[in-house]
Amino acid sequence: MSDPNGKKPVDDVTGTETTGHEWDGIEELNNPLPRWWLWCFYLTIIWGVGYTIAYPAWPMINGATEGLLGFSTRGEVTRDINAFREASAARDAQLVDADLTTLASTNPDLHRYAVSSGAAVFRNNCSQCHGSGAAGGKGYPNLLDDDWLWGGSHEAIAFTVRHGIRNETDDDARYSQMPAYGEFMEETEIAGLVEYVRSLSGMEYDAAMAEAVSETFADNCAACHGDAGMGDREQGAPNLTDAIWLYGGDRETLTETITYSRFGVMPPWGPPRLSEAQVQAVATYVHQLGGGETEAPAN
Amino acid sequence: MADTPPSLYAAREPIFPRRVSGFFRKFKWWIMAVTLGIYYLLPWVRWDRGPNMPDQAVLADLAHRRFFFFWIEIWPHEFYFVAGLLIMAGLGLFLFTSALGRVWCGYACPQTVWTDLFLLVERRVEGDRNAQIRLWKSKWDARKWRLRITKWLIWLAISVATGGAWVFYFTDAPTLAVNLVTLNAPSVAYVSIAILTATTFVFGGFMREQVCIYMCPWPRIQAAMMDEGTLTVGYRTWRGEPRGKHRKGARAAAETRIATAYTETNLPEADQGTGDCIDCMACVNVCPMGIDIRDGQQMECITCALCIDACDEIMDKIGKPRGLIDYLSLEDVPPPKDDPARASWTPKPVWQHVLRPRSILYTALWSIIGIGLVVALFVRSDIELTVSPVRNPTFVMQSDGSIRNIYDVRLRNKSGDDRLFHLSLTSDETLRIGLEGTNTLSVLVPANETLLQRVYVTARQGDPAASADRTDLRLWVEDLTTNTRASVATLFNGTGE
Repeated sequence: MSDPNGKKPVDDVTGTETTGHEWDGIEELNNPLPRWWLWCFYLTIIWGVGYTIAYPAWPMINGATEGLLGFSTRGEVTRDINAFREASAARDAQLVDADLTTLASTNPDLHRYAVSSGAAVFRNNCSQCHGSGAAGGKGYPNLLDDDWLWGGSHEAIAFTVRHGIRNETDDDARYSQMPAYGEFMEETEIAGLVEYVRSLSGMEYDAAMAEAVSETFADNCAACHGDAGMGDREQGAPNLTDAIWLYGGDRETLTETITYSRFGVMPPWGPPRLSEAQVQAVATYVHQLGGGETEAPAN
Repeated sequence: MADTPPSLYAAREPIFPRRVSGFFRKFKWWIMAVTLGIYYLLPWVRWDRGPNMPDQAVLADLAHRRFFFFWIEIWPHEFYFVAGLLIMAGLGLFLFTSALGRVWCGYACPQTVWTDLFLLVERRVEGDRNAQIRLWKSKWDARKWRLRITKWLIWLAISVATGGAWVFYFTDAPTLAVNLVTLNAPSVAYVSIAILTATTFVFGGFMREQVCIYMCPWPRIQAAMMDEGTLTVGYRTWRGEPRGKHRKGARAAAETRIATAYTETNLPEADQGTGDCIDCMACVNVCPMGIDIRDGQQMECITCALCIDACDEIMDKIGKPRGLIDYLSLEDVPPPKDDPARASWTPKPVWQHVLRPRSILYTALWSIIGIGLVVALFVRSDIELTVSPVRNPTFVMQSDGSIRNIYDVRLRNKSGDDRLFHLSLTSDETLRIGLEGTNTLSVLVPANETLLQRVYVTARQGDPAASADRTDLRLWVEDLTTNTRASVATLFNGTGE
């Protein structure tokens, strides 16, 4: 509202100067912002302009402007990873040469490092099959229990990790193959073997059927699984007398196993996939999950 | 009338608070001395905790995740103490604000305390209010430059000391002091000092009341905490108005009244025609916020009470009773002149303003949490364990058919010595305990550290616990040399068949 006296318009109620803006008799009071606030605002604008010059900012057709400082989040990650690798290089070198069986007592720090870095390696590379908790699944061994197909010492675990199981890519891969007995056995024979196998581990079974095939077992199965069905780690032949079944101990699954055989494959994880230090680390991690064996695997 | 609209931005009006003396000023000097003394000196207090432990009385050891406060040591998992203290601080703020208004702002807020200190320096260097105004208006000659630079340098020294004291709380103070001087301290120390130096210098020297008015949320929140019964700094309008020049002769008349019975109830306006306020502007001139308290309670007022001192001084001089500006509540207003009740009106006694349901409630809540924290502090043991059952998977079947549960147990040795911890369990069922990596049930936990130990609990095949859904059990950890022990209840998961 213009004032004929040349004075600034003032609101009667509050005594505050008005901006002169009026809508339907409602006037806008002038409560000015502090000037330093305005300076801060300009400062942020200047900062913003500087920032878009220094850092990646403006979207272009093939990506954003790169910025004078050459910053990129990918670059940051790479730098962090490299810094981490550099920082752990000495410990990794130590770990490669370390005797894992005595590591926990001789060098607890390195052992802790191996366990925690091994856990990271495990989650990235092994958990897809063995599960994030290492409990495995049907066909994928549970690494928490005390049952090992190929051995549960540090050395045996590291060897399995390094070369894998039944793969074609690594000549040192542990290899064994159970025949698919469905091709040359009668169904009744297989059904008998199922009962025989169940008898070995103390499950409920048909005694007559099992008795009938005891010779068949001795002729066909005992070579690998042993006369008493205790298995053979040299050949990765499972122990049939224990409570643990990789694929299942029910009649249907056992029939399937004997008829068609099983052929679980694990790829080799040794270099170049994982570094030797990572293999050592993941072996240490798996060993301390609960089933690790102290003595060397029995021959 | 020019059509240029008024500016939307206002430059800061410089404020030159006059020196004042009196009860509240003296009280504030004491508070400043004590709070600043604590702040600057506390990191240097030593406290012997024995070997392997820091000997600094107050230390926030971020690197090792420990907080030390004299005999108290807080580990990260005991962060609830900090949460509890924060809740107490919040409730304390509610209590004081509802009873006494913005006493925090007026007396204890760092912004107020440091600004007060900077004002003191300013007065020592440039003189009191009038000298400061003259200097401000004068040209930039050699004298002005000399005074300004002297003032700024002293401010800067205080600011550096302020930033410097802060970093001493986070590491051993004597060591850091040496490293700071020899340029061997970590860069974060220098950066922290630089930031706090800058904020202290700018906020205390130049921003001052702008921080309270435009940056701090508390002046806006306080309105929700205060009510008409809250005691706060205010002006007794009914006593002071209408304002008028002080008349000679009034003093003698007033003095005789004081000798007889001049109280607040003997309302003075009838005797004089004018109120007690002589419009001397003393209250405005001493105000560090640059406001007029006679305009009533306002957002800018930090209730520093200096206007009370200033006004009381004037009231003494003109022979009027003190308390024209005073701690008062908005509800304590006498009835209007024509109301007969006015003659017998008395203001509420102070205790009635302080002892109100809400202040009692705040005090009760504050005390309950305080007592809880103190009790928690004294029942703590220097052995502790936390148990995280591994739930992926919930149980593992072993080759002999037994069922095993795995627990990640964190063992905390809060003493300064390495200790051998013995683990055991109690349960209604037959469960066996075992430790990863050892055939024994004992594990060495280094001094002042947490050890993560994988613990196995096994139920034999056929045992009720193996097939039950869940079985209760309690894990114990014991230091066999001192017989101190601790336990945690947890669960054993069976197959549930």
